[in-house]
Amino acid sequence: MEIITTGVAGTMESSDIIVRVEPKDTDGIELSLESQVMHQFGKQIEKVILETLGELGVTRAYVDAVDKGALDCTVAARTLAAAYRGAQSTDFVWKNGGAK
Amino acid sequence: MFDFNSIPHIKEVSACHGAYNETNLQDKNHVSFDERQHSSKKVLPDLEEAIKRVGLKDGMTISFHHHFRNGDYVVNMVMDIIAKMGIKNLTVAASSLTDCHWPLIEHIKNGVISHIETSGLRGKLGDAISHGLMDFPVIFRSHGGRAAAIETGELHIDVAFLGAPSCDPYGNANGYNRDEENSSCCGSLGYAKLDALYADKCIIITDHLVSYPNTPFGIPESQVDFVVKVDNIGDPNGIMSGATRYTKNPKELLIAQYATKAIEASGYFKDNFSMQMGSGGASLAVARYLRDSMIRDGIKCRFALGGITGQIVQMHEEGLVKKILDVQSFDLIAANSVKNNRFHQQIDASYYASYVNKGAAVNQLDFVILSALEVDTDFNVNVMTGSDGVIRGAVGGHPDTAAGASMTIVVCPLLRGRIPTVCSHVNTVCTPGKTVDVVVTDQGMAVNPARPELYEKFVAAGLPVTTIEKLRDRAERIVGKPEPIKYTDKIVGVLMYRDNSVIDVIRQVAED
Amino acid sequence: MSRLRRSMLFVPGNNPGMIRDAHIYGSDSIMFDLEDSVSITEKDSARFLVYKALTTLNYGSKELVVRINDLSSGLGIADLEAIVRARPDVIRLPKTDSAQDVIDCEREIERIEREAGIEVGSTGMMAAIESANGVLNAREIAFASKRLIGIALGAEDYVTDLKTTRSPEGVELMFARGMIVNAAKAAGIMALDTVYSDVNNEEGFINEATMIRKMGFDGKSVINPRQIAPLHAVFTPSEKDLKKAHAIMDAIAEANARGSGVASLNGKMIDKPVVARAKYLIEMAERAKTITVEEV
Repeated sequence: MEIITTGVAGTMESSDIIVRVEPKDTDGIELSLESQVMHQFGKQIEKVILETLGELGVTRAYVDAVDKGALDCTVAARTLAAAYRGAQSTDFVWKNGGAK
Repeated sequence: MFDFNSIPHIKEVSACHGAYNETNLQDKNHVSFDERQHSSKKVLPDLEEAIKRVGLKDGMTISFHHHFRNGDYVVNMVMDIIAKMGIKNLTVAASSLTDCHWPLIEHIKNGVISHIETSGLRGKLGDAISHGLMDFPVIFRSHGGRAAAIETGELHIDVAFLGAPSCDPYGNANGYNRDEENSSCCGSLGYAKLDALYADKCIIITDHLVSYPNTPFGIPESQVDFVVKVDNIGDPNGIMSGATRYTKNPKELLIAQYATKAIEASGYFKDNFSMQMGSGGASLAVARYLRDSMIRDGIKCRFALGGITGQIVQMHEEGLVKKILDVQSFDLIAANSVKNNRFHQQIDASYYASYVNKGAAVNQLDFVILSALEVDTDFNVNVMTGSDGVIRGAVGGHPDTAAGASMTIVVCPLLRGRIPTVCSHVNTVCTPGKTVDVVVTDQGMAVNPARPELYEKFVAAGLPVTTIEKLRDRAERIVGKPEPIKYTDKIVGVLMYRDNSVIDVIRQVAED
Repeated sequence: MSRLRRSMLFVPGNNPGMIRDAHIYGSDSIMFDLEDSVSITEKDSARFLVYKALTTLNYGSKELVVRINDLSSGLGIADLEAIVRARPDVIRLPKTDSAQDVIDCEREIERIEREAGIEVGSTGMMAAIESANGVLNAREIAFASKRLIGIALGAEDYVTDLKTTRSPEGVELMFARGMIVNAAKAAGIMALDTVYSDVNNEEGFINEATMIRKMGFDGKSVINPRQIAPLHAVFTPSEKDLKKAHAIMDAIAEANARGSGVASLNGKMIDKPVVARAKYLIEMAERAKTITVEEV
């Protein structure tokens, strides 16, 4: 997936995270994260963002994230939404999952 | 006529200062009562004069109370003048300090203050101290522990600087003003009373000089050396709000419902019970639900202790709470009630919670509702350091009431944002788990294994009881396992338990 | 017995905090909303969020419902593609005007189930009726799919359609409620009532809940967790009714022991419906009795 424009998702509400992706000309993801729980969960949040982008095949992007205590599932959901918006794509891929 | 020396055994009579001598007698004061009030020698023109007259010197210990909370002007005002006068190396022993006291940072840097004793620290000051501002660790004492240290003389106060919303020219001081409605108001002077009694010198700082006698008094003239009138002792809005509001937060309401049901099932909820509740959202909501239960079951409370809110006052005025023992008033309704209600008694910190006096009210509590920043699987409670390890809390009466009450209930959300409240080890032990009986969260409650009978009662009542370990595991499953906070080796704070033994230390947080 | 559905808590689909805590308030069902509580610009992000929550978080034994956007909005099928795969218990179709709406939705669900290798028919449905036309078609809607676990009234759009407004007494909803509860019961499924929006009026809420329970509704949607406890209280059998129900069941057991097919209580023969009601009441009371901490 190629990021062709700025894609933003999320809010500044507690338990949410704002993820902003922007196009980048060179290989690699450049991630900057700001979090209320940086000490305790900073590495984990970065890991979730990078893994989520990796699954989408995003290899070039600037990513800015401001976290307000989001759970991993929220971090992933916001990253997905931002990436799809940045790629101007609606070819969503859904895997099976869930409790049942 | 008599010969003094011929009186049998007169040398053995104590408090006998020889024969009467007319020339030793001072001239009588013939001016009217009204004129005397305007010429009281206790009233000094400004603080600088008062500080000179009490003989404040380098290395002494001074004290303040925290009844003005975040609206306090007194601490900063006094410290600025002391700094200007060039006095150094002081110990500040405040009953507590809060956000508005950040200007102390400069006085610490400049050597005016070399040591702090307090119940709590917050804001920039707490942050600076957590980052290693002081070499002498801050000593944190509970309200009861501080009172005990003062009573035994172990914490010797040279000069107490005590703000009071009203004071007469001879030093009778109150936490409200009977003559005017428009002055600042803090209600009970519970923490100030003990300082006035034990300090070598006591200065009352007031913005309302009222006529003698300002009775019933919070602090009597017999304990006051000087009175200084200033323009403002505090910001009324920061001192207290009109009424402590009920929370609408559904999570806090849920916790309160569980806590109320636990109280009802515990066996302590019967006529003439006693209680203490905090001013936090969930705690206040317990007061509301409990009020409904009391009306429903025709049960009355013998006394409510502690920090007092308008909700407790309302129950008192409705006849549901017979007596109030108030060491600190939390809102204007409570403050006005101290003034107006005969059985709303202000009590000092020793009466409230000391372990060395001949009787403290905390020991008469059936139950207390307390909050927590963290609780661990040994039921230890942290109310002092935040999730980043930085000091932002106060011990207060937490360990005192927990130890005194027959049933100590800690209420807290299972999670705050992504931070679990129930964990394996609290960052800072303030209240030992041995004194905590029940932990109530929004996702279930746990009972200290030392209280199996409570566990049985809660199960029988259909309450959502589980183990503290399961609460911790549930929190971790939801948020993940947080990485531990990084500290340096430097100790920046020492937690004294209420018996003034060291229960834990706070270390400097490591820089990123 | 079928599930209790006394309360169905609405959770806005784009609010991570509420999604995280949705299970703590003790509602029988949780309904994640992708429709009216999500602005048109956030439909995609809410879909990702609800999908991720359903596939990651553990809500224990709570019934999980997702309200999708209606198919004619152009969003409904995209919602289904994500949500069917996330395996909630029930998908709630809004703005159901006819049986055809249900059939169309079911067809899409079935297609996705086949594509995803999910057992066909395992995704439940409920239809919300929100228009005058929909109310008139309530019977056909209720019978339109085996997947339907219930039909619900959505009052806000409905009163707009009627060119009236909602009142505390709910007189404007009399016909719709009567129609929906009757259609649901005829089809052997549940009837679920609309939300009560004035969260600060507990008395009004309790009055409405008491009325709809009496009418035969099985439960009600709630928009604030504070409404759950009073709602459950309304739907919890009284001590008196429970005692009577137990007496009936005892009489039946005694008659069975005697080998007699006819049981009587206080000289009155106990009819089959009386037994069914007593059984239902006792089961409801049992379910409602304890607040359990689920191992989530």
